[in-house]
Amino acid sequence: MSSTTLRGRRNKVRDSVDDRIFFAAVNIVLGLLAIVTLYPIIFVISASFSDPVMVLSGRVTFLPKGLSLEGYGKIFARPDLINGFLNSAIYTVGGTLVNIVMTIIAAYPLSRRDLKGRGGITLLFTFTMIFNGGMIPNYILMRDLNLLNTRWVMVLPVALSAYNMIIARTFFQTNIPLELLEAAKIDGCSDFKFLYMVVIPLSKAILAVLVMFYAVSHWNSYFSAFLYLNDNRLYPLQLIMRDILIGAQAAAADMNDAEDIIIKQGIAESLKYSLMVVSSIPMLILYPFAQKYFVQGVMIGSIKG
Amino acid sequence: MNRGSPVGRDPRGAPPIGRDDETVMADKATAAMGQRAAVDEKTRRRNRFRKEYLNNWQLYVLLLLPLIWLIIFCYYPMLGTQIAFKKFKLSQGIWGSPWVGLDNFQRFFHSYQFTRVLKNTLTLSFYNLLAGFPLPIILALALNVVRNQFYKKFVQMVTYIPHFISVLVIVGMLIQIFNPRIGLYGVIVQRLTGEAAPDLLGNPKAFPHLYVWSGAWQTLGWSSIIYLSALSAVDPELHEAAKVDGASRFKRLLVLDLPTVIPTATILLILNVGRIMSIGFEKVYLMQNDLNLSASEIISTYVYKVALGPQGGDFSLGAAIGLFNSVINLILIVVVNKVSNKVSGSGLW
Repeated sequence: MSSTTLRGRRNKVRDSVDDRIFFAAVNIVLGLLAIVTLYPIIFVISASFSDPVMVLSGRVTFLPKGLSLEGYGKIFARPDLINGFLNSAIYTVGGTLVNIVMTIIAAYPLSRRDLKGRGGITLLFTFTMIFNGGMIPNYILMRDLNLLNTRWVMVLPVALSAYNMIIARTFFQTNIPLELLEAAKIDGCSDFKFLYMVVIPLSKAILAVLVMFYAVSHWNSYFSAFLYLNDNRLYPLQLIMRDILIGAQAAAADMNDAEDIIIKQGIAESLKYSLMVVSSIPMLILYPFAQKYFVQGVMIGSIKG
Repeated sequence: MNRGSPVGRDPRGAPPIGRDDETVMADKATAAMGQRAAVDEKTRRRNRFRKEYLNNWQLYVLLLLPLIWLIIFCYYPMLGTQIAFKKFKLSQGIWGSPWVGLDNFQRFFHSYQFTRVLKNTLTLSFYNLLAGFPLPIILALALNVVRNQFYKKFVQMVTYIPHFISVLVIVGMLIQIFNPRIGLYGVIVQRLTGEAAPDLLGNPKAFPHLYVWSGAWQTLGWSSIIYLSALSAVDPELHEAAKVDGASRFKRLLVLDLPTVIPTATILLILNVGRIMSIGFEKVYLMQNDLNLSASEIISTYVYKVALGPQGGDFSLGAAIGLFNSVINLILIVVVNKVSNKVSGSGLW
């Protein structure tokens, strides 16, 4: 007890001037970094809640000015956006479910040291991380499988990520004690049953990480949809947003100065800001829940297979 | 440390119960017994292994579906790359189209786009690596210095947020903020100088900077996690000892912290160099416009336009360019890995 207080006091005395300057400098730089990171996000949120005219004239710099929910109202007035939101939800939930099942049934057998051919099969998976067929052969495959313009094309080509599979495999390897398997085997437990009754309940941490990794990639991607979907009833939110956020670029430059055009432009602008906020909310909600686990997930991922 | 984070204890991830416990015990037993007993032991073990192999059929059943998926969606498209050497017609399919040798590659090498897309791809990549690779290491080292745990957690929390925002929203934010007339940037410049702000979004010279630094903004915090976890392996006793010897905190960072992250950094560097030619399609394509195309047309966007874009349709040319790209990546990763193994003794394989 007394030794800790002594050490604590000694530490305080020992902080040299150099050290104190160093600590202060580090704290200031990190503070600046936090501000630089947060500022654009706060700006977008503020702009989404501001009066469109205020946003257009550049009077919104930090906090909302002339509170208005017009942008958000606009979102709900557009059925295509709501439909896109629902589609994204379907692809994210369905896709993640498929991902989790596929990852577990691939990772668990490969985590077992008594599996013959384990090394070769693992290599088969990891090789796809450094070499793939590329955009065009993939497109032709989707076409040949008649998957173009179906919901399946959002799920099947990305049903498994080799990287995440390796993370799960490493987790199983290091966290499921061999004694458990042996004890279960003696009791006549099959591998199926062991996986279902023992491994999965013991792996909640890694499942949380995988759900987060997969869900974020499903929700945020537009590439598959952009390449493989033509029917805008099937479009996920990101692809519909693309037209609104990126497509209208040229229009802003040709704008006239007439009053009502400014107002219309303003509403279009606040729709963009609101849309950016609304589309990011689902994943940002996931963040605090998964936060407990994701550091761990990234750490496991750092171990080479 | 909880049981789920083995890295701190053993960075190479060798599990605590690495080998069969039974085998270990058996080994001990053989050491005590004579030669003949060892041979008996061996055959016994082999029999046991054979039995287990048959007993493992359920594991193979589990693997069946992922393997089928792997063959259809990963390996079959690799066979599809043969259209790079063919004159592909949709009606004839991959296997029926006639061979044309290296014709498609030659067309790409001789087109005026070749040097342009290659140069743009490499510029963006190297710039991205140069700016994006050291920053997370510096951030992790800095966070590791901070003594106020609450402040440290706060900075971490904040810098992770952009990772969860989609590329589309990031580009949307860039377009909004850097709009020369109505964006925050435009309004501020206008107010400060009284003149209209130059259009950065349509400026080929500004494109790499916008691309790289918005990318750094998005990935900095997330990429630092891996280094932070490596740093947690530094023994606090060493820090205590160095402190007693009068080493400043900065000195300790250089001598104790920095060497700890270097193996992790090496591996990530290899991976990154292996991806140097595969700069992502998504963000570049979103940031492209007619004005900045001379700097923003890269291999993947060009492949898309040649084959699938509105004026496209040349699947063979697209596949050839894509294959050219993948092969260079593959060569790069193999070479860098070899060099790394020679120089630092650690590599991916």
